[in-house]
Amino acid sequence: MAAVHLSEAEKVYIIHGVRDDLRLDGRGCEDYRHMEIETDVVSNTDGSAKISLGHTDVLVGIKAEIGKPKPLVPNEGYLEFFVDCSANATPEFEGRGGEDLGVELSNTLYKVFNNRLSVDLRSLCISPGEHCWVLYVDVLLLQCDGNLFDAMSIAIKAALFNTRISKVQLSENEEGGKEIELSDDPYDCMRLDVENVPCIVTLCKIGHRHVVDATLQEKACSVASVLISVTHRGTVTCVRKMGKGSLDPESIFEMTEAGKRVGKSLHAPLMRLLQEEESLGQKRQKVGFLG
Amino acid sequence: MAAEMRLPAVHKFISLPTTSQSQDDKQLVVPGEVITSDTGFMRGHGTYMDEDRLTASVAGEVERVNKLICVKPLKTRFNGEVGDVIVGRVTEVQQKRWKVESNSRLDSVLLLSSVNLPGGELRRRSAEDELAMRDYLQEGDLISAEVQSIFSDGALSLHTRSLKYGKLGQGVLVQVSPSLVKRQKTHFHNLLCGASIILGNNGYVWLYPTPDQQDEEAGGYFTSLEPVSLSDREVISRLRNCLLALSAHKVLLYDTSVLYCYESSLSHQIKDILKPEVMEEIVLETRQRLIEHEC
Repeated sequence: MAAVHLSEAEKVYIIHGVRDDLRLDGRGCEDYRHMEIETDVVSNTDGSAKISLGHTDVLVGIKAEIGKPKPLVPNEGYLEFFVDCSANATPEFEGRGGEDLGVELSNTLYKVFNNRLSVDLRSLCISPGEHCWVLYVDVLLLQCDGNLFDAMSIAIKAALFNTRISKVQLSENEEGGKEIELSDDPYDCMRLDVENVPCIVTLCKIGHRHVVDATLQEKACSVASVLISVTHRGTVTCVRKMGKGSLDPESIFEMTEAGKRVGKSLHAPLMRLLQEEESLGQKRQKVGFLG
Repeated sequence: MAAEMRLPAVHKFISLPTTSQSQDDKQLVVPGEVITSDTGFMRGHGTYMDEDRLTASVAGEVERVNKLICVKPLKTRFNGEVGDVIVGRVTEVQQKRWKVESNSRLDSVLLLSSVNLPGGELRRRSAEDELAMRDYLQEGDLISAEVQSIFSDGALSLHTRSLKYGKLGQGVLVQVSPSLVKRQKTHFHNLLCGASIILGNNGYVWLYPTPDQQDEEAGGYFTSLEPVSLSDREVISRLRNCLLALSAHKVLLYDTSVLYCYESSLSHQIKDILKPEVMEEIVLETRQRLIEHEC
């Protein structure tokens, strides 16, 4: 990822700031930057969302296609993730530069989201063993300013909320084969239950404390971070340690607790916002990318 | 703990009535706009000839010097001039020179012979000095320097042969567009609010706690790693957010504008300054005060 270079003195300044619970931009250790979320920004997807968190910009688009269920779980649909690191975000992503990061990000997203506890995968089934909906979740990084995972997970949750899948009916034709019939009414569609979709909280260990929503500068001062995905009830669904440094058990416990607390508190404002946006309907002036 | 989420709002730019004379003499152009179809003019930077019409290739302000027409772009890399004060970051240590990232098109060069080494100004640079270069400045270190000369390829040669320049210690770097920094007699300010600022001409602004005594400098290469007090930190963080607010609204940066912005931000919490509506309010107040100050 886009690395920033800092001098020793700058790092010391940041570390002491975290110790005093006053970060460079005046935030406390558990504060997020200002977030702006908009859904339904790409018209040719089934669901989309754009989030900007500080200067991190992420666009998520979801396309539903009919596919074959996996043999092990014949009565469930599934999700596919692809993360595209645009060279707009940083010149290092040009060519194949962002590929490794993209694969790493999409693998993590797959682990966090593609299970029946997060998304009701059964509702994606059309006919067991034969047809199911496959949700292709495409994430595009437009700008990187740290904390990609949290931004991506929130955008994915918003995009899943925004996703509308057309209703289909199965009918049998004369030869006994099955036919899929698409409803004529474009507004006759199914929505996903996003209640249990988790949000990811990344906690960076800086000095003896940890912070959420680290900027690139803060990331440069931290040796290890813990990624925790938390549902609205506070259930932890996935934990991953990232970075080269080591963490002692005590601080892992502390970070998990803090992650749970912060993660739990992300869901309520997000759902409120999504509901509010939906209630505004067509009246709302779309901002999109040039606002 | 707080997570602020909201819908993006359409940004409206409010323009204040500016003094009439400053508005008249500015010709602003966008790329592709015809500046003049009169063939009597010479083509300068930021322009091209489109079938005998002089056309702008960048967005910015038109500058005329006799027959020469240039367009000075609003958003640009740093075009250094001799005497400019800059803040830069060392990216490489080479033979007898440091490479310094300074927001210009090419990395700037700081020669070993144009720095003040500890222990007297007039000293021959020996082979030992060359070997110990990394002890003075290493990769990632921030320095303040002055542009000494410009090479033929446009790269800048820097010098730090004054006690006010040299390695920078603890503080915060804010990066803004170089065209937002106003050229002034001095770019080093000890602000009244309790922090100091270096407004680099290259758009890199360094905020640091005001040093206690001015004479300590052990050749400028000693940096204190003592914790900065919380009150100083608060001032620096507030100033940082104010600078970002001013640059988001394209207000020229100089000591007065920064100080006015700081004062009008005092009614808000530090972290709230970066919210769009608070930012707008503060900047509007600052601009208002600057206009009153002008009259």
